[in-house]
Amino acid sequence: MSACGGVVGMIELDRITRGFQVGDQLVQALREVSLNITAGEFVSIMGPSGSGKSTLLNLLGLLDRPNSGTYRLDGLDVTGLDEVAAATVRREKIGFVFQFFHLIPRLTAAGNVALPLVLAGVAPSERKERVARLLADVGLSGRADHLPAQLSGGQLQRVAIARAMSMNPAILLADEPTGNLDRATGREVLALLEDLNQRGTTLIVVTHDQEIGARAGRRILMEDGRVVGDSISPSPSGVPQGRGFIRGSGRGSEAQTSANAESTVPPSPPAPPPRGEGSKP
Amino acid sequence: MTLRDTLALAWGSLIHQPRRTLLIALAMSIGVGSVVVLTALGEGARRYVLEQFASLGTNLLIVLPGRAETTGGAPGVLSGQTTRDLTLSDADAVARLRGVARAAPLNVGVAQVSRGGLSREAVLLGSTADMLEIRHMRLGQGRYLPPGPSDQATPVCVLGEAIRAELFGAGNALGEWVRIGDRRFRVIGILAAQGQQMGFNTDETVAVPVAAAQQLFNTESLFRILVEVRGREAVPAVKESVLALLKTRHENDADVTVITQDAVLATFDRILTALTLAVAGIAAISLGVAGVLIMNVMLVSVAQRRSEIGLLKALGAPAASVRLLFLAEAGLISALGAAGGLILGLAASFALGRLYPVLPIAPPLWAVAAAVTTALVAGMLFAWLPAKRAAKLDAALALARR
Repeated sequence: MSACGGVVGMIELDRITRGFQVGDQLVQALREVSLNITAGEFVSIMGPSGSGKSTLLNLLGLLDRPNSGTYRLDGLDVTGLDEVAAATVRREKIGFVFQFFHLIPRLTAAGNVALPLVLAGVAPSERKERVARLLADVGLSGRADHLPAQLSGGQLQRVAIARAMSMNPAILLADEPTGNLDRATGREVLALLEDLNQRGTTLIVVTHDQEIGARAGRRILMEDGRVVGDSISPSPSGVPQGRGFIRGSGRGSEAQTSANAESTVPPSPPAPPPRGEGSKP
Repeated sequence: MTLRDTLALAWGSLIHQPRRTLLIALAMSIGVGSVVVLTALGEGARRYVLEQFASLGTNLLIVLPGRAETTGGAPGVLSGQTTRDLTLSDADAVARLRGVARAAPLNVGVAQVSRGGLSREAVLLGSTADMLEIRHMRLGQGRYLPPGPSDQATPVCVLGEAIRAELFGAGNALGEWVRIGDRRFRVIGILAAQGQQMGFNTDETVAVPVAAAQQLFNTESLFRILVEVRGREAVPAVKESVLALLKTRHENDADVTVITQDAVLATFDRILTALTLAVAGIAAISLGVAGVLIMNVMLVSVAQRRSEIGLLKALGAPAASVRLLFLAEAGLISALGAAGGLILGLAASFALGRLYPVLPIAPPLWAVAAAVTTALVAGMLFAWLPAKRAAKLDAALALARR
């Protein structure tokens, strides 16, 4: 519907304000931020510490609520959703990748990847199949039974990405995804994220890293709770609007396959599994 | 999230901390185990007493002097007031009532029994021939007290097995003479050894004709009249007729008390059940303590797993699922503890039963069920606060720090 034409953004923020009470002082983390992000975009959010990047990301992920303003996701107003409905939206539409991975140490790689499926009540047999495919997608088929303690930083983040993608979210939110990795591993992880973006997932990355910031198709600069810069530049793999269109025109379609073929990412990533009905109207 | 997955996740986090889990489960086990053992003991005592009473026959009436509202000791003794005595002729009149199979007067005292240089203090029962049947005693050798008029103070006696052994050893006792108080009695029978019965040991008693006992104790009155009723259903009617008879015989003064064996039974049953309940209640306190322990450990656990909880929420778990997850952990620990406690309690009951074979020790089913239920409920109840805290956790904050 709304996203089909690629005109209406998947994410529409309208004058979002968020303040925190610190002692007897009200700290404004976000001041009237308005932002539209189109489906399939790769957006980097940069800015100094305390500029409101993380608050913005939490709001986008429905982990936090604005004091005022409206947040529309896929044309649906999600600002006032109750706790249960917000959890459902997170489960169905949003994937999270964190700087510190946040894998559960007692669960194996496969167990961690399966967690969102468990929460969604997916049957064990189907779970197993999907987890195997997700781990294969991030190149960790051989590590399914390893515990987080037995994996390297890069592997941990790839498990976390597989977990984030397990419900086929339309949006992937990454908070400093390479912040805890060395340069080379960071590049690998970023390549993986870009690959997912190529396949149609909206990717929003909060980062301090200029290199990552520069690779994004759209770079948002924040300062003091405000968006002070928003630049769209041709990224190495085409224009964001094009991807939005491709995404909007239907997943798994020829158009998407051709987009994948053009990408800089290494050969033939497996086609993404079909999305759940709820993930996109 | 399905219940199965919830339990599996909860179980995973429990076995990840095996020592902690085992220790809390142990606390729960001790609580459940002690309830089981203590109620088993209480129930054993209750059944023991009831069996003792039942062995005397349930169609027994006991007549005692004085009016008493309860089944306590003779009133009037304390207040110094003397009521009209029960006499031998009262007993004879009762024995002639319709529905009475047999009646035996009873006087009880302590007397010195001696033979030659050997002397011993013994419980002296003054009664008649019917006593043997009424109290279900068994004779070892010789005869019991002679039948005939109850006011005849024939100098004969029947010894309990322990008394015989002490006074005569391996020698023959039948037909020999013993001295009781200041009189001499001929031994005409020996009771078979049967040990403890209703609080006193028949092996250590000496029976003499009731008239002889009255002379020895220098009294005209009786301690009790034991009445055996024909058939259990006749008990209430006979009780009424005994009361009516003694009222007329005592110048229209209802000054005796008749206790039925059933009433005694019921009273003991009530007392011992109350005792068992009290003991179980005290033991249940330890279940509450175990519950507090669970709460403490769960609170620590929630604090330690903030990022995990935040993650679950970010991955789309609603607060209710998070709460359920922590409740499931508490429930599993409690179930584990309850199972351990049952094993512990049953094993201890069995061992105690072996140690004291007289007591029919077995935990009553209601106590076992109550212990397990209390454990589960206490576990979940005390876990409610930590679980609520986990459910309310701010995911964004929890995830911000490692």
